Amino acid sequence: MSKLLKDKDRFLSIVLITPSILAVLIFIYGFIGWSVRVSLSKWKGLNPDYSWNGLANYINLFYDPRFAVDVRNTVIFTGVFVIGTVLLGFFLAVMLDQGLKGEGFFRSLFLFPMAISYIVTGVVWRWLMNPATGSRTSGLNLLFSYLHLDFLQNAWHTTPKWGMAAIALAAIWQMSGYTMALYLAGLRAIPIELREAAQIDGANEFQIYRHIMIPLLAPVTLSALIILGHMSLKVFDLIVAVAGKQLPLDVPAIYMWQTTFDGLFYGRGAAISILLLISVAVLIIPYIWYTLHTETEQ
Amino acid sequence: MKKTSRLGKYWLYLPLIAMAIFYLIPLYVMLVTGFKSFAEVDLKTMWNLPSGIHFDNYIEAYSKLAPSLWNSFAMVIPAALLSSALGSLNGFILAKWKFRGADAIFPFILFGMFIPYQSILIPLVQFMNAVGIKGLPGLALAHIIYGIPITTLTFRNYYASLPQELLEAAKIDGADMLKIYRYILLPLSAPSFVVVLIWQFTSAWNDFLFAVVLTGNKQWPITVALNNMAGSQIIAWNVQMAGSLLAALPPLLIYIFLGRYFLRGLLAGSLKG
Amino acid sequence: MKKLSWILFSLLAIVAIALTACGPKAEEPAQPAATEAPAQPAATEAPAQPAAGGKQVEVFSWWTGGGEAAGLEAMIKVFKAKYPDIEFINAAVAGGAGTNARAVLASRLQAGDPPDSWQGHAGQELIGTYVAGNQIQPLNDLYESEGWLEVMPETLIPLISDNGNIYSVPVNIHRANVLWYNPKILADNNIAVPTTIDEWLAAMETLKGAGVQPLALGEQWTKMHLLETVLLGTLGPDAYNGLWTGTTDWGSPEVKVALDNYAKILTYANSDSASLSWQDAAQLVVNGDAAFNVMGDWAEGYFRELGKTPETDYGWAPVPGSVGVFQFLSDSFVLAVGAPDPEAAVAWLKIAGSKEGQEAFNPVKGSICARTDCDKALFGVYLQSAMDDWASNIVVGSLTHGVVANDSWKSEIDTALGLFIQNGDVDAFQSALVAACKASGPCK
Repeated sequence: MSKLLKDKDRFLSIVLITPSILAVLIFIYGFIGWSVRVSLSKWKGLNPDYSWNGLANYINLFYDPRFAVDVRNTVIFTGVFVIGTVLLGFFLAVMLDQGLKGEGFFRSLFLFPMAISYIVTGVVWRWLMNPATGSRTSGLNLLFSYLHLDFLQNAWHTTPKWGMAAIALAAIWQMSGYTMALYLAGLRAIPIELREAAQIDGANEFQIYRHIMIPLLAPVTLSALIILGHMSLKVFDLIVAVAGKQLPLDVPAIYMWQTTFDGLFYGRGAAISILLLISVAVLIIPYIWYTLHTETEQ
Repeated sequence: MKKTSRLGKYWLYLPLIAMAIFYLIPLYVMLVTGFKSFAEVDLKTMWNLPSGIHFDNYIEAYSKLAPSLWNSFAMVIPAALLSSALGSLNGFILAKWKFRGADAIFPFILFGMFIPYQSILIPLVQFMNAVGIKGLPGLALAHIIYGIPITTLTFRNYYASLPQELLEAAKIDGADMLKIYRYILLPLSAPSFVVVLIWQFTSAWNDFLFAVVLTGNKQWPITVALNNMAGSQIIAWNVQMAGSLLAALPPLLIYIFLGRYFLRGLLAGSLKG
Repeated sequence: MKKLSWILFSLLAIVAIALTACGPKAEEPAQPAATEAPAQPAATEAPAQPAAGGKQVEVFSWWTGGGEAAGLEAMIKVFKAKYPDIEFINAAVAGGAGTNARAVLASRLQAGDPPDSWQGHAGQELIGTYVAGNQIQPLNDLYESEGWLEVMPETLIPLISDNGNIYSVPVNIHRANVLWYNPKILADNNIAVPTTIDEWLAAMETLKGAGVQPLALGEQWTKMHLLETVLLGTLGPDAYNGLWTGTTDWGSPEVKVALDNYAKILTYANSDSASLSWQDAAQLVVNGDAAFNVMGDWAEGYFRELGKTPETDYGWAPVPGSVGVFQFLSDSFVLAVGAPDPEAAVAWLKIAGSKEGQEAFNPVKGSICARTDCDKALFGVYLQSAMDDWASNIVVGSLTHGVVANDSWKSEIDTALGLFIQNGDVDAFQSALVAACKASGPCK
């Protein structure tokens, strides 16, 4: 292969990827840069004001009781959502991996909520999680009473302090199909010989999963944790659709939206979004580094 | 591949069916409410079946949403196709045609997948206005660009898993980069294209945030129109639910019919290299 | 990192060369195809550019449904009859109390792409945000030429003015301090309609003892609505006005009493309030599930839509402590600085301020005219009583609906209120309110 051709190809490859890089440079890094700048400004009101404010917006958030509520809510939501989605997804994948009839049907069924936006299902979840009691009981609580499962009735997202966990339920509904699909693909990629060898060694089903499958699925679990984790940090539309913008269910993304667009505190709003971005980055960057690193070693 | 049942077989249906019911509950509520008459809609009787099958609500919802439905198609289809094409090209270059620094470019693009979009809304609108790209083309452009990270990731991981020998043979035959892409990799890319197209189609279809700030009323896609249908006083929930189902139908059909292929290509789309 | 930035830099340099060499086509392959995609790109192009020959007016609001949208449609009809050659573009965006709409509007204004006219609550919401941002034009000339100064109430004009300039055309008036009650529940429990906060608290205690839900309340903004009426009911109109001009101290014992009253009233509310919209909460009263609800008089339009009869299914009174006071809010339209078609925009404002336009809009929306010369016969029994009160009462402005506080201040109060609802700490609430007035209000 001639050197000339090689050079031409290298040049071509750089030219072809350049539009994407430029777009990412402007639309992602440029805009982030803008937000960083605004977060260091005194901008309050409709018109831009870039006068320097140092880290004041960040420091104020540190003492802001509302931001403390947000952090707490995000931790609860992330915990319930990530653990619930991973466990349920894994459970469904194991079920579907048993080679049952109708697998395709169930698979589509578990996957379909991913296709629907909360603009569409938000109202339904609002109805389902209606916390009214007595003669106005409705939603899932009413269903529980039909089924004589009254002990399951609860105040859902209006439960003091733990309301976020109820919101996470709707998120689990939407995303557990995704983890199921990931795990199912992962399970199918495990050579059948491994399983058979273990069976010959006298391992039972549980032991096979415990000692062979789950460790082999670790990379899948890790990427699921990362994807779900970063989603939960950014959660916004689900909460707004189910419960509106109310302080007990406040999260950073909602605070950012309200303080920016309702209160015109652009500096503070930008600071919140940068903090969000940093927390996402803390999660993502080591992971990206790790995966790329292990990849090159292979 | 034929599998023997590893756990006892039939009792497995019990948990599966229980879970299926859990997944179907919201859909059930949407369906039955969509068929009810206005007078029948009441939270206390939300679990009851409708008195009959009336398609009036669907007809009314369709007549209100039809223009937006076509706006959505007009915006989503080019957005999904182009961002997939770009992702495929990028993935090819980053996986198989590395120039110096390509390894640094990949995480640089990838990180864009994770930013909270609310935080870049204002500069986005300002930029689009400054360059004069408005309405549906602007919205499509936004979806294409913000889709680049995930499409690049998917294709890059897929192409990286293909053996290098595939390319070497062609190189020896004197094929240049574009020929290798066109005649060797592209024909192998179908599974990844399915994943990426589904992903991009649904995320652009379901998007509300970009749509509401980038389009005016004649170009509103379905999500904005649906949101507007819920007025501020008496909401005709039956029509609203019918409209919700109509809006959900295209991505739903895609998941149902292409779900198999989606599953196959999904692992490549996860972050795992 | 250093390596990365060097690579980026050299890439940019290469791109620059490549671009000049191959023209614009390499820059963004996505654009041309995306532009072709929509069915009729010319017709769907941004409304900012009027189609050749035709004039257009783009009016932005959050009236997308119910009586509001119907009222807007009625007013548009009047507009079309009078200006058949101007195309009306209804750019309404829905969203809880207009919040989505406001985000859209803010980003358009910052991008220098304003609609010709938009809806805003008359008062500080408009003045503190858009006048301060130099986004709307004074309309004094229009008021002169249309003779509106004679037909709009004198008390209203200062509230929509800043430094002697009038900035918006109010189309309607709503009343915020209305106590809705279920007459049957009150009669069954031998309760007279309360006129003071103490009477109200006593009545609710009786109802609670009888096993009746005393007060129906909805999501967070309805609680702010309740708060403003309790502040008014406790402090009286003068001290209430002083809160917003800086003459009443937010840290004073009087305000503490008002907040204590508010805390007590909240204890009589339904436990599921956070999950109810204002409609759901108001409906509890007409359905006989609760005795009282405090909501603006748009609730009356909702009751009528539900097919309920005034005075039998629901009764109304000023919120206790605010008898003889009319706490108002008003939707109004503005003229954008840099409106794409100022002439068409002024034509729209003329309709919005006209007798014909307001008579078309208000009976459908369920509000009274901002003008004082509307035909009373067009309105129902409640609205007629509101018209009388509007003409005779002391007028004060609403907080929740944008009259008395600018957006930043209001959002700080909202946050303080949200925290208070969660922790119930009145003292912390009061000091947060003091801080909010200092940071974003007139307090020093």
